[in-house]
Amino acid sequence: MHATASCNATATSNATATSNATPVASPLSRRITAATRRRLLPLSALMMGSLLSAGIAQADISDGVIKIGYLADMSGTYRDLAGPGGLDALKMAVEDFGGSVNGMPIEVLSADDRNSADVGANTVRGWIDQQNVDMVAGLVASSVSIAVTRILAEQDTLGIVSGSAASSITNEHCTPNHVHWVYDTYPLAHGTAKAIVDEGGDSWFLLTADYAFGHALEGDVEKVVNENGGTIVGKVRHPFPTSDFSSYILQAQGSGAKIVGLANAGSDTVNALTTASQFGVVQAGQSLAGLLIFLNDVHALGLEVAQGLQLTTGWYWDLNDETRAWSQRYHERNERKPTMVQAGIYSSTLHYLNAVAATGSDDTATVRAKMGETPVNDMFANNGTIRADGRMVHDMYLVKVKAPSDSQGEWDVYDVIRTIPGAEAYRPLADSQCELVKG
Amino acid sequence: MAVLQQDHQAARAGSAPRRITPLGVLYLVLFLLGLLAPWVAYPVFLMKILCFALFASAFNLLLGFVGLLSFGHAAFLATGAYITGFLLAEYPGLSPALGIVAGTLGAVVLGTLFGALAIRRQGIYFAMITLALAQMMFFFFIQAPFTHGEDGLHGVPRGELFGVFDLANNHTLYYFVFAIFVAAFALIRRVVHSPFGQVLKAIRENEPRAISLGYHTDAYKLVAFVLSAGLAGLAGATKTLVFQLASLGDASWHMSGEVILMTLLGGVGTLLGPLVGSGLVIGLQHQLAQSALGDWVSVILGAIFVVCVLSFRSGIIGECQRWIARRQQREDK
Repeated sequence: MHATASCNATATSNATATSNATPVASPLSRRITAATRRRLLPLSALMMGSLLSAGIAQADISDGVIKIGYLADMSGTYRDLAGPGGLDALKMAVEDFGGSVNGMPIEVLSADDRNSADVGANTVRGWIDQQNVDMVAGLVASSVSIAVTRILAEQDTLGIVSGSAASSITNEHCTPNHVHWVYDTYPLAHGTAKAIVDEGGDSWFLLTADYAFGHALEGDVEKVVNENGGTIVGKVRHPFPTSDFSSYILQAQGSGAKIVGLANAGSDTVNALTTASQFGVVQAGQSLAGLLIFLNDVHALGLEVAQGLQLTTGWYWDLNDETRAWSQRYHERNERKPTMVQAGIYSSTLHYLNAVAATGSDDTATVRAKMGETPVNDMFANNGTIRADGRMVHDMYLVKVKAPSDSQGEWDVYDVIRTIPGAEAYRPLADSQCELVKG
Repeated sequence: MAVLQQDHQAARAGSAPRRITPLGVLYLVLFLLGLLAPWVAYPVFLMKILCFALFASAFNLLLGFVGLLSFGHAAFLATGAYITGFLLAEYPGLSPALGIVAGTLGAVVLGTLFGALAIRRQGIYFAMITLALAQMMFFFFIQAPFTHGEDGLHGVPRGELFGVFDLANNHTLYYFVFAIFVAAFALIRRVVHSPFGQVLKAIRENEPRAISLGYHTDAYKLVAFVLSAGLAGLAGATKTLVFQLASLGDASWHMSGEVILMTLLGGVGTLLGPLVGSGLVIGLQHQLAQSALGDWVSVILGAIFVVCVLSFRSGIIGECQRWIARRQQREDK
């Protein structure tokens, strides 16, 4: 067919013959007849239209509106820690505040950062540039939080970090524009390690995730254990992430240490705990210490696996009547008990709105100053204070996971062993590398 | 065959006096739209689309025109991003253009190393080797002190271009990124339509035959691989400048998967496909993340991917081209 077409065609052949010889899926770049040309314009408009319509956003001005943007992982690993539940906690705070500040309505925006620093940074940049957002809440993955706080500082907007663990957020990455509310790795590692050494757990084996975060935790724990008269009898580093912990757990068992410390997070901690349970680490007389583990992790693991684990938490739903009452309300709306991060989002939002109402301004520096002057007294914190470096200092709790036989219900998982006073729990300002408090 | 060749040339000669082709009109319209876009849409969002379109175009150069499916392109994106980010953050005052050049060169060097190893195999083995090498880079980036591991590299200054243009301004930066994109796109177009590009396509269609015709196919594949890696590095370097950060997300295998999704959705082996694909994927992610369907982003993108693979395998642009070709054939009859 092709051969016929081309043989018949003379040197002066027209486009018809040429296009007949062209295979069906010819590249767009080949010659296209006049008939098609007419159709290409609408096509290009269509393509560009689909491209643009996605990016067009309403440009409105926040005069007379307080806008709060909630940025968190809504669909990935940290969904249960903050996620949609955190958004609801924020909405509860807005509702409890009455929905308006001095007559100005409060508007809540939310977005999923998918644990990606560029998505988070891009979203917050857009919020500030186009929507005039006054405060950004949530903020879970540390890479996202640090990226966002840089933009907040550049654009002079306020942020309250509730979900991140990295203590660097108020250390080398501190800015006058953000506050770190719930917890960080410093009290988690220090609180847990010190309390356990004080109770006689003086020989430790450390299981460390082999990246900067794990190394930092490991360093913190080593320092505390040594300072309090304990010893580190051994340590092993595992790649991040790891699913098979059996050889590491065997090494921990062989070390003869009284305590096995888990300097890792997320799925690594969960996998290590599951393996430890299968190998009967606790039954054989060793204790486990989790350095970064949350209510939702313990709930997911089940008490059978997690029992006996000691950890530090910034808040627990079953601390007192006030926490129980609030958690009950939350439970009715979300069908689960709140984590410390979700409670912290509620508490910090209320504190922020109170400061806006008191100053009658949404100016970042004014509101931040007012927030710092006012002690935090609510169901989350008792006399909490926000330091110059942005750290909200409040009491932490050393807890032990209950045995299944002691638990009264699905969410009854912790025994509170002791309260660690905030001043003792958090990194002292004297050790800070934050530019705002140094020298 | 020879007659066909002559015929083609004759046909082209007939229309030679620089007639405006529909394709030229399309490119011109797109170019003008690109110039006007930042005044309508949010520039940072557009820059993100352009960076990913460049990344997808680089990937497409390899998959669409050489037939090599690399599952490790994130390594080049991240290398470009980290090198540029590190240099600009550590040496303030360094021109952003130099930073981008350095990031691109870094990716070229890495691409040469990876390419030399990977092109020895084809198909699934090639994909696996590139994936394995990219995972090695991921672990390097997570461990290396200069990347700050999980936290990522932050606060990269945008600086001033040639000491004149202040890139802190989103619109100024947009035109810089747009210029980079247009230049890279023109380069890819030139490569694809060059004799070199014809040989690449021959390799894609039938490598043993290309060898039997006397082409040293490994050398061609390596050059294409290095070119693709370099352009991916350029995309990463530019992205760092836009977002002022480089993070591990760039190096993870999810990123390698995302670029495949963009390319397939837009149309493999078409020049505009990656641009449309990245616009669609980034746009959807952006819109869905802020909507009530926020939790469903991954599910929706997955479903779109399945529909695309099942029903329009050549992608959006690919289908458009086929449709045009069919119409044309019908009219010609």
